[in-house]
Amino acid sequence: MMDQLPALQVMLPLVGAPLIILLRHPVWSWAFATLVSVLTFLVSVALLLQVSDGSIIRYSIGGWEAPTGIEFYIDQVNAGVALLVSGISTVVLVYAYESIKRSLDSSRHYLFYCGWLLCITGLIGIVITGDAFNVFVFLEISSLSTYMLIAFGSDRRALVASFRYLVLGSVGASFILIGIGFLYAATGTLNMVDLAARIPDTESPRAVLVAFSFLTVGLLIKAAIFPLHGWLLNAYHHAPVAVTAFLAGTATKVSLYVLVRLFFSVFGTEYSFGQLFLNWVLLPAAVAAFLSMSLVAIYQTDLRRMLAYSSVAQIGYIVTGISLATQTGLTAAVVHIFNHGMVKTTLFMAVGCILYRTGHAHIPSLDRLMSRMPFTSTAFILAGLGLIGVPLTAGFVSKFTLISALIEQGWGIAAGLILLSSVMAVAYIGRVIYLILFRESRGPAVSNEGYREVPISMLVPMYSLLALSLYFGIFGGQSLSLAGSAAETLLRGYP
Amino acid sequence: MMAFSAPIIFLFASVLVACVPARFRAPILLITPFAGLASILWFGMGTHAVVSVQGFELIFYRIDTLSFPFGVVFCIAAFLAGLYAWHVRDVVQQVATLGYAGAALGGVFAGDLITLFIWWEATAITSVFLIFARRTPGAMATGMRYLIIQVLSGVLLLAGLLLHFYDTGSTTFGNLGLVSLGTWLIFIAFGIKCAFPFLHNWLQDAYPAATITGTVVLSAFTTKMAVYTLARGYAGTEVLVYIGSVMAIFTLFFAVIENDLRRVLAYSLNSQLGFMVVGVGIGTELALNGTVAHAFSSVLYKSLLFMTVGAVMYRTGTSKASELGGLYRTMPVTMVCCLVGAMSISAFPLLSGFISKSLIIDAASKKGYYLAWFALVAASVGAIAHTAIKIPFFTFFGHDSGKRPAEAPRHMQLAMVITAFLCVFIGVFPGTLYAILPYSVDYQPYTFSHVITQMQLLCFALLAFVYLMKVGLHPNQIRRVNLDADWVYRKAAAVALPAIVAAVAAVNRRARDVAMDGLKRSMTRLSQFASPSGLLADIWGVNAMVSVVVALMLAILALNLF
Repeated sequence: MMDQLPALQVMLPLVGAPLIILLRHPVWSWAFATLVSVLTFLVSVALLLQVSDGSIIRYSIGGWEAPTGIEFYIDQVNAGVALLVSGISTVVLVYAYESIKRSLDSSRHYLFYCGWLLCITGLIGIVITGDAFNVFVFLEISSLSTYMLIAFGSDRRALVASFRYLVLGSVGASFILIGIGFLYAATGTLNMVDLAARIPDTESPRAVLVAFSFLTVGLLIKAAIFPLHGWLLNAYHHAPVAVTAFLAGTATKVSLYVLVRLFFSVFGTEYSFGQLFLNWVLLPAAVAAFLSMSLVAIYQTDLRRMLAYSSVAQIGYIVTGISLATQTGLTAAVVHIFNHGMVKTTLFMAVGCILYRTGHAHIPSLDRLMSRMPFTSTAFILAGLGLIGVPLTAGFVSKFTLISALIEQGWGIAAGLILLSSVMAVAYIGRVIYLILFRESRGPAVSNEGYREVPISMLVPMYSLLALSLYFGIFGGQSLSLAGSAAETLLRGYP
Repeated sequence: MMAFSAPIIFLFASVLVACVPARFRAPILLITPFAGLASILWFGMGTHAVVSVQGFELIFYRIDTLSFPFGVVFCIAAFLAGLYAWHVRDVVQQVATLGYAGAALGGVFAGDLITLFIWWEATAITSVFLIFARRTPGAMATGMRYLIIQVLSGVLLLAGLLLHFYDTGSTTFGNLGLVSLGTWLIFIAFGIKCAFPFLHNWLQDAYPAATITGTVVLSAFTTKMAVYTLARGYAGTEVLVYIGSVMAIFTLFFAVIENDLRRVLAYSLNSQLGFMVVGVGIGTELALNGTVAHAFSSVLYKSLLFMTVGAVMYRTGTSKASELGGLYRTMPVTMVCCLVGAMSISAFPLLSGFISKSLIIDAASKKGYYLAWFALVAASVGAIAHTAIKIPFFTFFGHDSGKRPAEAPRHMQLAMVITAFLCVFIGVFPGTLYAILPYSVDYQPYTFSHVITQMQLLCFALLAFVYLMKVGLHPNQIRRVNLDADWVYRKAAAVALPAIVAAVAAVNRRARDVAMDGLKRSMTRLSQFASPSGLLADIWGVNAMVSVVVALMLAILALNLF
């Protein structure tokens, strides 16, 4: 049984999805999806425990050995990411029940939960597979199901947003496919460990170069790295908020993981950053991302949109860490992937609670929310402080590491710009906090009085994630040492 | 261990206040400072609560002779502010008060720069709620300005400490000196919180905008914590002597022409900080003792003055000099307390200001900083004129405004009387304060020459004030006076002061107008660019997005292939 865990990790949600179609009942389909998600989560915990000593699990699917067959390759790094995906999925699924019940017609619930399970199948598959073509397959599974989930949004703009993402996402996916094709042509293998071994002495370095370029752009799109982030804003804004909460914590993070894995392990640090100046592409994009998007976030009037812009900015921080290609820089990137995932999901869940009661997330009419929805407001404020990176929150741990990494490399200016961007984050979060706590209504009254707190089934998941992120803020040393060893694994490449 | 340190006790208390029913909150505010004080005394001198994180050694609780007096006075100030705010039922303010006091204590007891940074940011975040809590439309804007400047200071501190760490491999917070870019950044960060000239505007902007009780709380902590950090990190840095001198003088002019009494106090607070900064800059044992002593006594008399003006505002709804006057009839207790505060700030013998200010002034003359000495003496005279006489005069005497407010509430009276008592007590028994100063004190404030000099200064200042009032030249009427060169020439001596005042004010106003105008214009342009319909935020169509993808693809291919 324990040997088969890697297969179970993907098979559980993959098999669960069609079973939900058979179930059809709205409540039962939710319960079943949650159960599957919990089981998947437990499997990822077990896997992480197995590899936590630094060992590696290589699982050949159907018994076909590695270079020929497809294998799952699990080490500390991707077991952690898989845990993030299944964990956030579980938390948000518990939360989603009330939220979806209100916003979606009950006859379509089973489709929604089916799509959800397919989405985690895809995301986890991308993470744990050791085969380049298989990455593409799982990428398509997750993308198609994501388009579907976004389209479930309550107004019709969701359809346009979904379509826009579909176009961009397909361009990205086909670039990735082309890249993989060139790699195969140049090396004759698709297994990632094998690729890493063969790329250095390939006979056609040109083909590898082209593959590298296509993969870069494809992944930049999927990870919503500025200026290729255009699909993300409308998608996050118009999707059902539970979906946004889930995607914000996982989807872009998974793409970033693939990016890191390919550039550091498959192509090798020396090749990507030494010969090909990947940092010349990544660093300017990242700096432009966090500066411009933080600025834009200040002027937004819709809470979801503000957070979407802030997501692009935060991805900029992660990419800055990656582009350093040093131990500390990569540690900062990895730890921020986790911390930001938790914080942003919490924030979007809080927004979902506000939507649940008020039906809108218009910032100027959030005034005095504290007196009407104290628990939601408190969660938003605490998570907001984490987003800014106030000391003793998770955001601070990652920002501090990132800035020290930059200064270590002598990139003081970039460090200064990050600090500038976090001052902007103070502005856009501070504005909302002020409204929530203090301001009396000035604008047209939007039947504000008498909101009650949301059901407990929404509060509990939100607070458990919040508590976790606060824990990692106060005991930052633990997450840093885990991320440090993950960064070491990545930089070392495949053994 | 760490859980029982004074800052953590305050933080726990502030969380507790948020959770308990309303009737328990005010008592918690009163008890917590005692618990904090007990913790400081119980731990005693030494370095406690050291935690090692990722190779950094964080020292949370360093009690030594320099941090001890600050810790004590912060606890006292927190108690007095809590008593003064007994009537406040606003839980946000109560939580913020305790959190803010705890953060300031944390900053003072931090033994390394990272811990300092954590508390440094915490003071900003907690204190801003005291401004927000006024709940006026202006308070939001002021609070955000305040917050951004404070966070900027924190950001500079963080950048500075990291640079410093890579230079020296250590984050211990000892004497830093201006030796590298990192230490310069830290210096500027401290300077912002200490309200150095041209970095000072947040203080006069924010303090008068807070709630009545909030201003009392604000006046005690942030700037004094900054003075402590300067004394710890930059004692003996000569440039501070000049910065401090300018600070002490520079703000006087504004205090003289200002009509809002809380703003007058904010300016004079800034001037008093100048004394402490000069003391740090001189850096001798005598001067540092003076800095600490002056910080200690100024926390008390500044709180007292803010409390009395606050009590007047509580009863009359205004703190404008032009709308007050003649209140001595109905608010005698407040009046007496205000006079005690006023006499303390003007260093009247037998009051707290006298025994602390003279340490610094003497240190300046002993070390040969005559310019600074002169500046400080002039600033003392100024303090007498613009604060010590002006505030009681226009509030409680002066022309009768016809207002007959009731005396301040009981708990406010009690808080003011206790503070006034402490001011007198320290003045009469200077040994009690001298005993806790960083270095052993061999100083006798009550010598014949000291007392005579100070009385001369007082009389001169009083004379100047009376004269200016008599001839109608006191700056409050300045706007009606038509100045021209000929007139200045004929009455040069009598007019010098108001002329300078008017000139500085005009230049200041002009400069501010130009700067604000430019700022406003560039902000407008920026907001057009970044607003939801602006270029930066616009959602590009699918065509545009795909074009960008292709362009980027070509660029990367070109970059990689050639």
